[in-house]
Amino acid sequence: MDVSRREFLIISGVLGAGAALSSLGLDLGPVKAYADQLKIDKMKTAKHTTTICAYCSVGCGMIASTDTKSGKIINIEGDPDHPINGGALCAKGASLFQTTAANPNRLTKVLYRAPYSDKWQEKSWDWAIGEIAKRVKATRDAGFMEKNDKGQVVNRVETIAHLGSSNIDNEEVAVLNSMVRALGLVYIDHQARV
Amino acid sequence: MTNHWVDLRNSDCLLIMGSNAAENHPISMRWIMQAKENGAKVISVDPRYTRTSAISDYYAALRSGTDIAFLGGMINYILEKNKYFKEYVENYTNASYIVGDKYDFNDGLFSGYNKEARKYDASNWAFRRDDKGVPEKDPTYQNPRCVLQLLKNHYSRYTPEKVSEITGTPVEDLLNVYEMYSSSGTRDRAGSVLYALGWTHHTTGTQIIRTSAIVQLLLGNIGIAGGGINALRGQPNVQGSTDGCLLFNIIPGYLKVPRSSQQTLEVYLKENTPKTAEPQSANWYQNTPKYMVSLLKTWFGDKAIKENDFGYAWVPKADDGKTYSWLDMCDVMYSGKINGMFIWSQNPAGSHPNTNKVVKALTNLEWLVHANIFNNETASFWHGPGLDPKKIKTEVFLLPAACSVEREGSLSNSGRLAQWRFKAAEPPGKATPDGDMVYRLVRKLKELYKKEGGKCPEPILNLQWDYGDDKGKFDPHKAAMETNGYFLKDVTLKDPTGKDVNFKKGDLVPTFGFLQADGSTSCGNWLYCASYTNAGNMMARRGKEDPTGLGLFPNWAWCWPVNRRIIYNRASCDPSGQPWNPKRAILKWEGGKWVGDVPDGPWPPMSDKEKGKLPFIMKPDGVAFLYGPGMVDGPFPEHYEPYENPLGMNPMSGQVSNPAFKIFKSDMDKVASGDPNFPFVCSTNGLAEHWCSGAFTRWQPWLLEAQPELFVEISPQLAGEISVKNGDQVKVASIRGEVECVAMVTPRIRPFKIAGKTIHQVAMPYAFGWLIPKSDKNYSTNLLTPAVGDANTMCPEYKGFMVNVKKV
Repeated sequence: MDVSRREFLIISGVLGAGAALSSLGLDLGPVKAYADQLKIDKMKTAKHTTTICAYCSVGCGMIASTDTKSGKIINIEGDPDHPINGGALCAKGASLFQTTAANPNRLTKVLYRAPYSDKWQEKSWDWAIGEIAKRVKATRDAGFMEKNDKGQVVNRVETIAHLGSSNIDNEEVAVLNSMVRALGLVYIDHQARV
Repeated sequence: MTNHWVDLRNSDCLLIMGSNAAENHPISMRWIMQAKENGAKVISVDPRYTRTSAISDYYAALRSGTDIAFLGGMINYILEKNKYFKEYVENYTNASYIVGDKYDFNDGLFSGYNKEARKYDASNWAFRRDDKGVPEKDPTYQNPRCVLQLLKNHYSRYTPEKVSEITGTPVEDLLNVYEMYSSSGTRDRAGSVLYALGWTHHTTGTQIIRTSAIVQLLLGNIGIAGGGINALRGQPNVQGSTDGCLLFNIIPGYLKVPRSSQQTLEVYLKENTPKTAEPQSANWYQNTPKYMVSLLKTWFGDKAIKENDFGYAWVPKADDGKTYSWLDMCDVMYSGKINGMFIWSQNPAGSHPNTNKVVKALTNLEWLVHANIFNNETASFWHGPGLDPKKIKTEVFLLPAACSVEREGSLSNSGRLAQWRFKAAEPPGKATPDGDMVYRLVRKLKELYKKEGGKCPEPILNLQWDYGDDKGKFDPHKAAMETNGYFLKDVTLKDPTGKDVNFKKGDLVPTFGFLQADGSTSCGNWLYCASYTNAGNMMARRGKEDPTGLGLFPNWAWCWPVNRRIIYNRASCDPSGQPWNPKRAILKWEGGKWVGDVPDGPWPPMSDKEKGKLPFIMKPDGVAFLYGPGMVDGPFPEHYEPYENPLGMNPMSGQVSNPAFKIFKSDMDKVASGDPNFPFVCSTNGLAEHWCSGAFTRWQPWLLEAQPELFVEISPQLAGEISVKNGDQVKVASIRGEVECVAMVTPRIRPFKIAGKTIHQVAMPYAFGWLIPKSDKNYSTNLLTPAVGDANTMCPEYKGFMVNVKKV
């Protein structure tokens, strides 16, 4: 196996060190399965994308490698050009790969739990958006407060609460904020306060 | 952070207190270690000897919740030993201001306290002003009512012996830390304060940070390279989502939320636009009308016109003086008065205090919408330990979100650096970015309100919602440009030098200096104006130039405000614009202009009495506050015990706990102070391998293997007293709940001598639950914590509550 150091790191990252180590004579079968789906014949087919870590607020730079054939992320590592981390990552950052589609625990479908039910049901996005919108409207219209007890116009809703999120992008924060204010919500909080 | 991560290397002395940076922000150590290599001293102050303590030059232990006493002692030391930076204090702080006659302080209480309401009337603490409204000053500091004299007087009570009696820190350690850190109070030395949740998680949290601000101002450490007050924040975009103000009390750009008494835009602007009579103050918030009107234009577009107050009436009004924080909403939910709830990527059933109350509150909801990349204890609360799903009505919609590398957009780090991340892959299955969910939901709501009508439909129907791409998906570039802001018509404006500049309708606004209050500009967040301009997406830049050699990297991504890397940076220069320390000059007035970092405003240095401005531009009078009359719990920080405390008394005064925080009175909000059933102080902490409540990291085998289960750190002395060995299963209980875990007996934690008594402290991480690893027991440490918050912010008191530990 003729690989450069960087390619070695990419391969070992993909496989949780599986393939690289198996080429050294160790059998790490289970981690190989994900790699087999990727059909990586040449690592040069990987597309590099810069990203920023999803954990604390240091803002470390990272490079994600995506296999151009399967479209799957095969490795994430520190960005050596980044002025803050210079390629270094902590334990969580170095594990970011396990938040991607490679982790079978990811949520991949809309799930719904009906009142008094003991299980989740799979639903479509159209259904979910439609049903959520109906509930928001019904709750908002029923609880809408035009004036407070002093007679001041307040145009607010105290029966819907909103929590989150420090874990979405600024652009998403912006539209979410527009939504909650337009709905008239006042119980609005997020991780900054915990 | 007033400064930024790379800047830590420029420091001569780093006080790391209320933070275990090595554990929770490991990459920060890259710069802290570089500072050390350059000769800097690192001080770690923490109840535990942490990984940060292990690399420090000096470690001092203190009992949780006594940071104000510790730092108050430092203020006393600095003033007594004359260690403060006189020119800085004289020119850039309110040290010489005269405080009005109504201010008083007696046995732990400031003047103006209303015991029933648990509130102060802060008008009692105002400065004395002349007929024109200019604050009266005594630059000689002879007047006993001047701030410097009052400060000396207030902190003279914080003697090393008194502080030691409260904190449990040996007097020798206190004096060594005070001496080491106050050595940064000279023009050629820089001291940096680093804090995190260890400071915010107290009923006195804001005042702890204020105490550190007083220290930093006395030592001339704000605005300089290697200085500052640096909040090491814990979530990827907690800074950006705070700037974006997804919070009850503020709207984007830290503008105040409209209150019920502010019925018109005119009243809102009048009450929220500070005025100053101080001739040399820039009083930046005088621009509030421009920022507010531009925000309303972003929200309501063409429907926001002068004739309808730019749609101001459609913005909800919060009642005056009322808080709507998580603690409030949880309490209202618990009482059954909230019906629906959105939770985006947050796990309150693991990360919020008094988890039993949180879960009970969730069962009272009719519907809950939760978006996340993994399932968690909040989305699945209805089948948690001890609950019967057949008795729980709450409908739950669990929406699969794209993870960080499956979406595109910007996020802002602790150093206010907004960095763009690109999409590396499609999300798995039906997962999609949160922005896309919001985009679709609002479109559906607009459709419903248009078709069916409903209560107050205007804000929904009129909400500007042009955020879709050609495939009908959320387009983050459109949202980023709306956040930056547009010119809405052709205009000719003056630039800072007085020259005419022409802008066309549809141009992106180059900086917030051009925003207007007449409806001719839009801007979703004035602080982010200049982030995405006609020149392109500034947040995606990757330039590595470093002209000052101090690690500012001005062409790497983009920093608010206006790409300024160190805020209040004109305070790094003397009044004539020359750097206090020429060897670490981030800014210099040279040849009639500022050279270096982007200065806080274009004005010349303040020695120019006509055009020069004071450096603390966000303060109405242009100077930093040693005396802070804007706080709800007093203009000087004062030591109070945590709400739940070991002694049931305060060695400093007759006022046991902060008199101004809100007390919740439900049957689940019990407290036990000075109670022999709960004799040990407990504090929660983070782990390098887990993130917050572990809702992401427990699903990852690499990380879970490294930190698989809950533990409690206890000292060998305590272990001996309660007959527990390292590795034993123990039960930790507070008056609110109990949790089982493994005992870790370690000399990293040791008993304190407090007011003549031996007080034990224990420590627990809070990264565990019951969903993964799956268990019929709940391992959430927050089953123990009290739902009580800081008087100013409502941030819960996770550090410093009372427990008992028993072998199982």
